[in-house]
Amino acid sequence: MLVFIVRRLLLAVLVLVTVSAISFTLLQVAGDLAQSIAGDSATVADVEAARRAHGLHRPFIVRYVDWLGSALRGDLGLSFFSREPVVKLIVDGVPITATLGFWAIVVAVAIAVPLGILAALRPNSWIDRLALTLAVIGQAMPSFWLALQMIILFGLMLRWLPISGSGTWQHLVMPVMVLALNAVPGIMRLTRAGMIEVLASDYIRTARAKGLSRWTIVRRHAVRNAIIPVISLAAVQLGFLLGGSIIVEAVFALHGVGHLAWISISRSDFPVVQGIVLMFSLIYVFLTLAADLLNAAIDPRIRLT
Amino acid sequence: MTTDTHSSELPKRRARAWQAALKHPGLLFGGLVLVGMLAMGLLAPLIAPFDPYAQDITKRLIDPVWHPGGGWLHPLGTDHLGRDYLSRMIYGVRISLIIGFTTMLISGLIGSSLGLAAGYFGGRVDRAVMFLVTTRLSMPVILIALSAVALIKGSLTVVIAILGLLLWDRFAVVVRAATQQMRSQDYVTAAECLGCSKAYIIAGEILPNVMPQIIVVATLEMAHAILLEAALSFLGLGVQPPTPSWGLMIAEGRGEMLFSPWITAIPGLALLLLVLAINLVGDGLRDVTAQEQRH
Amino acid sequence: MTALLEIDGLEVSFPVAQGILRAVRGISLTVDRGETLGVVGESGCGKSLTALAIMGLLPPRANVVTRRFTFDGEDLANADEARMSELRGDRMVMIFQEPMTALNPTLTIGRQLTEVLQRHRNASAKEARARALDLLSRVGISEPAARLAQYPHQLSGGLRQRVMIAMALMCAPKLIVADEPTTALDVTIQAQILNLLCELKAETGTSLVFISHDLGVVSRIADRIVVMYAGEVVETGTRANVLGNPRHPYTRALLECLPRPRSGDRGGHLGAIPGLVPSLVGPVAGCAFRTRCTFATPECAVANLNLVGTKAHASLCRRADELWGALPRG
Repeated sequence: MLVFIVRRLLLAVLVLVTVSAISFTLLQVAGDLAQSIAGDSATVADVEAARRAHGLHRPFIVRYVDWLGSALRGDLGLSFFSREPVVKLIVDGVPITATLGFWAIVVAVAIAVPLGILAALRPNSWIDRLALTLAVIGQAMPSFWLALQMIILFGLMLRWLPISGSGTWQHLVMPVMVLALNAVPGIMRLTRAGMIEVLASDYIRTARAKGLSRWTIVRRHAVRNAIIPVISLAAVQLGFLLGGSIIVEAVFALHGVGHLAWISISRSDFPVVQGIVLMFSLIYVFLTLAADLLNAAIDPRIRLT
Repeated sequence: MTTDTHSSELPKRRARAWQAALKHPGLLFGGLVLVGMLAMGLLAPLIAPFDPYAQDITKRLIDPVWHPGGGWLHPLGTDHLGRDYLSRMIYGVRISLIIGFTTMLISGLIGSSLGLAAGYFGGRVDRAVMFLVTTRLSMPVILIALSAVALIKGSLTVVIAILGLLLWDRFAVVVRAATQQMRSQDYVTAAECLGCSKAYIIAGEILPNVMPQIIVVATLEMAHAILLEAALSFLGLGVQPPTPSWGLMIAEGRGEMLFSPWITAIPGLALLLLVLAINLVGDGLRDVTAQEQRH
Repeated sequence: MTALLEIDGLEVSFPVAQGILRAVRGISLTVDRGETLGVVGESGCGKSLTALAIMGLLPPRANVVTRRFTFDGEDLANADEARMSELRGDRMVMIFQEPMTALNPTLTIGRQLTEVLQRHRNASAKEARARALDLLSRVGISEPAARLAQYPHQLSGGLRQRVMIAMALMCAPKLIVADEPTTALDVTIQAQILNLLCELKAETGTSLVFISHDLGVVSRIADRIVVMYAGEVVETGTRANVLGNPRHPYTRALLECLPRPRSGDRGGHLGAIPGLVPSLVGPVAGCAFRTRCTFATPECAVANLNLVGTKAHASLCRRADELWGALPRG
């Protein structure tokens, strides 16, 4: 088990370094950062000044290693725009994004898993068809559009909820719902498929042969086996939710990390963007590791590898 | 059970597959909608009543035909610059379809090649490809796409290139798994014994049998690309105005949302319908090919 | 003494693409208290479905009809699922063929054992654990306490099957239905499990229905034998009668298939039955075995067949008397 964890950690570190290298490269070669910072109306001298000021004249490798070294010490540099430490900017935005992400995944699982189980228990019933229809429509829905329609309906027409900003829990209802509804289809389908497969297995037949009640069979025997792939998916979905938070925070004007990413990109504030990419990757890698560990805890067969 | 393509059985299997396809409600509905949208895109110059770029400030924000102020001249009304909305909607499908297809082709090519190589050669090649996949999955797509597009300045070509280079992961994973499964099949071993070149085996024996799964993933990634482009354009970093991208049209209509809600509602519904159709086709194809494999 | 289990006229059918598949076409069985009934037949003859029908474990799309079904003095012909689930695991139990997949991989052995007693006897965790330990030793598993905490994948196939047997015995059932319990095991383990079943049966007086395609295995432990073919019982009787004086061409053919060393028989052929089982979709006229039978006549295609004989020996073959002599009546 220990070997397993150590190997996964090493892999995670390698992945993080690669991701940061890729995004660093991307952001460097995609255009002249000094030009972007200086602006469209800058003279050549202005651009050169900007280049010197931000250390952009140094060779590429030097800049990357420099950045990596600082990052390992917890220093992600200063924002080009506000000269504040990137770490501080990100940390300021974390509470909102974390709250959104957390509640979104909780709501998504609370809706999707029971729905998937019910749909699997009664295949081709009305609840099964409803669940599948919801899944299929949910997967096709552009989240930013859903956000706007919800704003129109709940914010402007019915006036139940505030349409932007943060502060009270009411401000979070619509953003959380939009994010959650993004994750529901995938989780629901996987739960349903997993349950259907598990319910057809031999050990469920044995459980029935023992005279156990339907409820006990589902609760104690079936769900445990069906949930294994769902956990991995939920972890991955949480990672995607963070990506989706960029759109949601932009539409609802919530000042979380996603919003920070959005405005930093529009301002070519490269250190902030690079820092956020690293943070997202870190979270994603951590989530997959956590999912693997959770799986190993539930499925004793996995612990051997 | 394998879906080996033995040439003598192909015509019968194709006929059976068509029959099964036509009976599948999702596949039928999705297929019809998709064909309809394709037709709309191809025939856009012929069926659009107006030029989608023609502005006329005197005709701003005319209501659509189902509102009291509207009429049949502009069935879907006009936007804030007086452009006929129906025409913009019709031309808009081109953007979505072009992005969907080309991105799907690029990412499909990249991902399938990686998957075939990983599945067939195994060992170090496999580990390398899986590392690439893990790295790619650890990168937040929207963030990278946004950043890249922001720096190169958004346009149709840029969006296609970026998305094509980012959305290959599912292709790689699925093709790798399928190739691994087929790798150990007898007919592959036989071909190897006969001294067939690796290229022939991969392209001639394995690829045709992996094709159904590639097609299913292709539809899903096409839908994915369309939604991503819409999101990018919505955020102002995708296709640029005045091009009629549905995502862009939603962004442009945001200001008028309260009094002219149809301006954001209609393109969104169109996106929903198109992506829904593509997903239904993908799911339907998966169902039909799974059934075929059981026979 | 009344029989423990009586089934009369059991029919099981399924809707399939081409029509209705009649997998079990009117069979009757009796199992006395304390006896071992061997059910023999090739794959697809309906023996497993019969077992599942007895236990009430058939899927909902299966259409089950029976004239009579009594178990331990109770009429179960119209019993609902609630009643059946009370009986299952308690008074009638089933052991399946594949020990590798029949146990839940994510629950400990102990949990899967104790839950049976807790369900049917409202036992406490301690009581259930004590009984589980007792049974694990009785089925010959060493270090039972350690095993309780283990997971199925940590045990070999033979051990898992012993666990399945222990699980079946938790509530001291009156009837054990074993569907090919040794088929998936190595030959040496097979013998061990068979001996175990015999010992346990002798100790507890439980009745055993032992289903197998292997006549050799069945002949070692059965008191009475039922031979099935294409969804019907073709011959039934005591072991001595059925094996010593078979009165159905199918039974005779099965016996021919058993490799047995006979003096002066070197280089002889292994028996085989040519042909295939007929399709059971739609009605089957006459005798289902006639296409592979060396004794078939044109009448066999249209005859309405009935099991003729006594409990000690009966046959479905309409030519039985003619071919092998009439049985003494009474």
